[in-house]
Amino acid sequence: MITLYINGNRRDFEQENMTVANLIQILGLEGKRLAIECNGEIVPRGNFAAAFLRSSDKLEIVGAVGGG
Amino acid sequence: MKTTDNLVIANQSYRSRLLVGTGKYKDFAQTKAAIDASGAQIVTVAIRRTNIGQTAGEPSLLDVLPPSEYTYLPNTAGCYSAEDAVRTLRLARELLDGHKLVKLEVLGDPHTLYPNVVETIAAAKTLVKDGFDVMVYTSDDPIIAKQLEEIGCCAIMPLASLIGSGMGILNPWNLQIIIDGSTVPVLVDAGVGTASDAAIAMELGCDGILMNTAIAGAKDPILMASAMNKAVQAGREAFLAGRMAKKLYSASPSSPSAGMIAGSSN
Repeated sequence: MITLYINGNRRDFEQENMTVANLIQILGLEGKRLAIECNGEIVPRGNFAAAFLRSSDKLEIVGAVGGG
Repeated sequence: MKTTDNLVIANQSYRSRLLVGTGKYKDFAQTKAAIDASGAQIVTVAIRRTNIGQTAGEPSLLDVLPPSEYTYLPNTAGCYSAEDAVRTLRLARELLDGHKLVKLEVLGDPHTLYPNVVETIAAAKTLVKDGFDVMVYTSDDPIIAKQLEEIGCCAIMPLASLIGSGMGILNPWNLQIIIDGSTVPVLVDAGVGTASDAAIAMELGCDGILMNTAIAGAKDPILMASAMNKAVQAGREAFLAGRMAKKLYSASPSSPSAGMIAGSSN
């Protein structure tokens, strides 16, 4: 089991050896336009499938919303 | 009238000199209708945490305003430090496939939303070095505006009055000094309340205007978007035309003084 902090919220996952791509699938965000930061570093979209997550990683998952 | 009077920002040419925000609308349908009525080609967006519980089929802003049809201007609204602003725009660049044109704004306090120019300058330096095309929101201080230009910002965007206030053009003299001294486009960002405010800013020689609340906060946002579209164009044409000199009174009537029936003796 690993624990992640996603957008400020703690989440526990059963999966071992989880990648960012796996996480996106689990969260139901597949196909959505988003950008991800892991521990303050951007994870390029092309690296999602190769980026393995470790327990206590802090993730920011963002998108574009209306704003001025 | 000149037909090639385009706004050029970072080597890209735009027909419309009105840039609009996409916030505070009732729904996406109203957002889209207002933006289309405004004629704007550049639209600002905010970068925010994705709602993880969101239903899968829910449309996003990018579906309603496809990035292929509009130029996105991701902003740093809500950032109070250079660090947060830089982080936000790096995420925006990743989100929008390497898109470089951004709006930098670093706020000083949540009460007035007045810009923190010290943090803004620090962020601008980092972003320009990092290859971004930075349109920068700032105060109407001509010295700060010049420094931001020298750092390499591609457009200077002073406030006309506070964000969301609708108070109009409060210091046309400072705006005039900034416009006169700048070699990059100057756009009024924030404070415009109604169409005449937009026209006044454009008549001063501003290269464009960025607004959100003036449209979204109107009773009929779509009609106000249309009004702003016309006001920006009217103000621009008036600026290019060059206004007549002001004088207290004129002894030169517009109609001929010869051929009058009144006062002729025969």
